[in-house]
This record gives sequence, C-alpha cells and structure tokens, in this order.
Amino acid sequence: MELNILDYLVSFVVGGLICALGQILVVRTNITTARILVLFLTIGIILQTIGVYPYFKDFAKAGASVPIIGFGASLAKGAIDGAKTSGILGVFQGGLEATAGGIATAIFFAFIIALIFNSKTKHLK
Amino acid sequence: MFSTNKQTVIFNNKPRIIGNFSIGGPLESKGPIKDYLHYKLEDDTLNESSFEKAERKLLEHIIFGAIDNANLQLDDIDALLGGDLLNQIISSSFAARKFGITFIGLYSACATMAESLALGACLVDRQVFKKVCCATASHFSSAERQYRFPLELGNQRPPTSQWTVTGGGASILSHEGKGPMITSATFGKVVDFGIKDVNNMGACMAPAAMDTITTHLQGTNSKVEDYDLIATGDLGKLGSEILVDLLERKGIKLGQNYSDCGNLIYNKREKVFMGGSGSGCSATVFNSYILHKLRNGDFKKVLLVATGALLSTTTTQQGDSIPGIAHAVCIEGGE
Amino acid sequence: MDSEKRNQNYNTYVEAKVPKTKFWQALLKAFVVGGLICCVGQLFYDLYAYWFPTLSEAQLGSAMLSTIIAITAILTGLGIFDWIGAFAGAGSVIPITGFANSIVSPSMEFKKEGIIFGICVKMFSIAGPVIVCGVVGSVLAGLIYLII
Repeated sequence: MELNILDYLVSFVVGGLICALGQILVVRTNITTARILVLFLTIGIILQTIGVYPYFKDFAKAGASVPIIGFGASLAKGAIDGAKTSGILGVFQGGLEATAGGIATAIFFAFIIALIFNSKTKHLK
Repeated sequence: MFSTNKQTVIFNNKPRIIGNFSIGGPLESKGPIKDYLHYKLEDDTLNESSFEKAERKLLEHIIFGAIDNANLQLDDIDALLGGDLLNQIISSSFAARKFGITFIGLYSACATMAESLALGACLVDRQVFKKVCCATASHFSSAERQYRFPLELGNQRPPTSQWTVTGGGASILSHEGKGPMITSATFGKVVDFGIKDVNNMGACMAPAAMDTITTHLQGTNSKVEDYDLIATGDLGKLGSEILVDLLERKGIKLGQNYSDCGNLIYNKREKVFMGGSGSGCSATVFNSYILHKLRNGDFKKVLLVATGALLSTTTTQQGDSIPGIAHAVCIEGGE
Repeated sequence: MDSEKRNQNYNTYVEAKVPKTKFWQALLKAFVVGGLICCVGQLFYDLYAYWFPTLSEAQLGSAMLSTIIAITAILTGLGIFDWIGAFAGAGSVIPITGFANSIVSPSMEFKKEGIIFGICVKMFSIAGPVIVCGVVGSVLAGLIYLII
C-alpha cells in the first residue's frame, strides 16, 4: 500500500485553513456550535449547486470532504443526482440517501454511547 | 427598623449571625478560601445519580451544617429562606421538603444569598420569626446544562465567561445570641443597561451593583472608607473593573477595601476566565472567609453586595437584553 | 440622559473593555487540529481503498466519515472530546467530528430524563438545525437543477 504524501499535505493545509476561517468567526463573534455547523453546511450546499465543489474535492481530498462542507455537498449532490435520474421524486430522496451512512452512524453511536457513559463535570486542564 | 429611602433598611435590633456553614466543590476547595471552608467536596456528584440531585443534597448538608454550627436543633429554626439557580428553584424547595419547616423560596439569581440575609434580617428584626436559616447553593454542572451547553460538547468558552461555583453556604440569623450582626440592608432595583452578551455577566450586573452601592451609602449615610471590605457577589474580573469605573463617574472611589467574591474563590492560575459566578459564589465566600474574618475581628464592618443576572434561555433566545439586580447587606463584627 | 443613549454608551464602553482572545494562537490551534483531523480522514480513506478495492469513491468517502463519527462518539463518551474542543475551537467543530459531538453530547447529558424523553428527544437539540438546513438546502438545490 502506498500513501501519496501530497494528498496528506493538501488535506492538512486546506482542512486547516477552513477551520481557521471558522475560528476567526468564533473569536470575533462568539458564534455557537450549531450556527457554525449550519453556516459551513450551507456553504457546502452552495458550492455543490454551482458546480465548484467537485473540482475543490479533487484538489483537496479529505481536506474538502471531512469538514462539514463535504456533508452539505453530498446532500446537494444526492438531490441533484436524484433529480437527474428520477425527477422531482429524486430531489426529495437523493439528499438523505447520499448521507444516510453518516447520519445513521451518528444516531446509532449517540444512542449506544449515551446508554453506556455519563456526562462528567468539566475539568480544568 | 427604619426605612431611610424606599430601599434601605436599618435594623434597630441588630439580628445576629449565630451560625454558618459552607461547602466548596473540588475546584473551590483548592482555591484561596480553602482554609475557611467547613467542608470540602471530593466528588461533586455526592453519590447522586444526577447533578440536580447532587445540588439538592449539597443544600441539605449546608442547612444541617449551619444548624449544627449554631448549636441548635431543627425545631429551633422558625423559617428557611433560600433559593438557587435552577428553574422553579427546585434545589431549595426539594431540600426544604426534607426539613418540614416554614420555607420562603427566593430568587434573585446569583444575588439570592444577600436577598435571603436582608429579608431574614427584616423578619428577625421585627421578631416575626426568632431564628431563620438563609441558605443558597449552586452547582457548576446543573447550571451548565440549564443555561449553556451539554458538558461533553467540545466548544470554546469566550474569554469573558465565568465559572459557576459548585458550593454554597447558609447562615442562621437570630434575635439574640453572639456573633456578627446585620445592621442595615438595601434591596436592589432591577437595572438593565442593554447588554445582550450571555457570556459577559459581569457587564450585565455591574450597573445594578453601582445602583445598589450608591443607594446604600446614601441611605445609611456612610462612606466607602467606613467599610473594611466591600465585596460584590460575582462580577468577576471584568465586571469589577467596570463597577470601579462606573462608581468613579458618580464620585465614589472604591479602594483597597473592594473585592469580588468571584475573584476571591479561585486561584489566579485556574482557567476560569473572569472568575467564579453563580448563587453559590457569594454564599460560599461569605459563609467561609468573610464571616470567619468578622468573627476574629480582622473585619469590623463589611458590605456584601451580591449581584444577579436575571436571564433565562428563553429571554436570550428571544433577543432580550439581560437585566441585573444587586442586594446589599451590611454586617458588623460584634460580641 | 435617555436610557437608550445610556445603554448605547455603556455597550460601547464594555466592548472596549472586553479582553480579546489571543487571535493568532487560537487560529493556529484550529488550523493544526482541523488539518490533522482531515489527515486522519484521508488515512482511513486510503486504508479502505486498499482493503476494499471494489468500493466506489462515494462509498469510500461515506465509510471514512462514518469511521470518524464513530471515533468522535467514543471520545465524547470517554470525556476526552470536550478537551479537544476547548483547545481547538472551530478546529474540531467544523470537521464532521463537530457534528458527531453535538449529537452525542446532549444525548449523554439528558440521559437522566429517560431513554425516550432524554436521549431520543434531546439528541438533535444542537445538531437538529444541521439536518433541517441540510435537507431543505439539498431539496432546493435539486429543484434549482430541475428548473434550469
């Protein structure tokens, strides 16, 4: 198995830059977690809709798909592909179909983890 | 008992604080007031299944402890005055369930300790009751889930945020006996200077503290220098700086004798940002450090100005600004 | 002085007094942690591509995201993730780890209210908007495609 070092370098730099962009918002506006997530998700949807995201992903690899931008792009891609194959029905099916894996994993693990573990008081480092 | 303005009350019969008790959580027990605490918690769950239940149990221990400290029995206490931060002040009312005595539930957010002392002093001064217990507590983890986010959420706290104190305290007021006496008190007005940042409680409450301090000084005809200590409740580092500025503009200069319970409770090196907050903050510091110093004569006259931010998650989500309130109690050392 | 003016003055005054976060330091932390998380994603992607050569690119991507979500869930359960979050800020929020953490943490927090009303009801109390906006946005995107 060979790993392409360049893939990792570009993932690190692009992924890191996206996060740094978000951090500027956090520092400047005290934005909450839910708002950041929604904001970057929407960016992903828009990038996919205008057709920029595929090029961006080809370039940045995991640097584009791991940030929630990638999640938004998959949703939009699913809906658009659905529209291509089965029209209006596909528009409504495609988005969640494309992201079902991630959402199901998150829900399943959240449920199991919540059953096993309890919240602990925050400790200061 | 004589009301000099519509807020300040002078107590002619000088109710005494004949007993007190304070408990600090694991972090508070490492702070500067550790030697004055009556009990240090090692486990902040108190072996309970939830943090709400832990807070309730904490309050029960505090009340029992204070009654014990005053060498009294539960039957000797005529009424229990208290409150906390949780919705419908469940910690105090559920703790009171255990005692079966008159319960007067109070809410002024983090100013509840001073409110209960002031009201308790009124009741004892007029001899409505002979002995009352004033108790307040808060818990970091229960407050965090109610006001902010789940504990395990990986978010960053803004630099102006404060750390809710796990702990609390209770004082027993009596019409007779020995101990420091409450000589005057000022009930505060709700003051709102239009701050909307939930992470900056100090700035929300500082105007209320300013209002109450000026009113109290006028009402009692006293000066800042008359007090060995003027302690605000939980303005934190930023809030107390703002208060000093605000009062200076009114021509009142706070000096070395000014301090804030939120700054007193944690070590400087702890990453608690602006310091402690919560209804337990002033309760813990007052019932440990301040009362200790009043008893041993280091302090002769202390003004406790507990401050509270009267917000709920609903009001902030609907875009309201955050009103503050401050109640002041003047305590003098004495035989 | 009317109260509106007073409030405005006070807000400006407070604004100036508020201590600022160490800007570049916070940015660097977010950059490094965010970048590392993306590298971990790339590693899983490459591993899965090596182990299961028949999978499509989309399936590999989905498997990689699911793995990161699962790891985040476990780290959250162990009480490690809130430390990472406090250190990295947006660096751990913007990657899919932030989404996973915001689903797992309220589920754990509200477990005391029971499985149905605690875990199930509160699960999406933070990440719900992500699903809602995501679905609405994707449907809009599909509709736009249909129309154009």
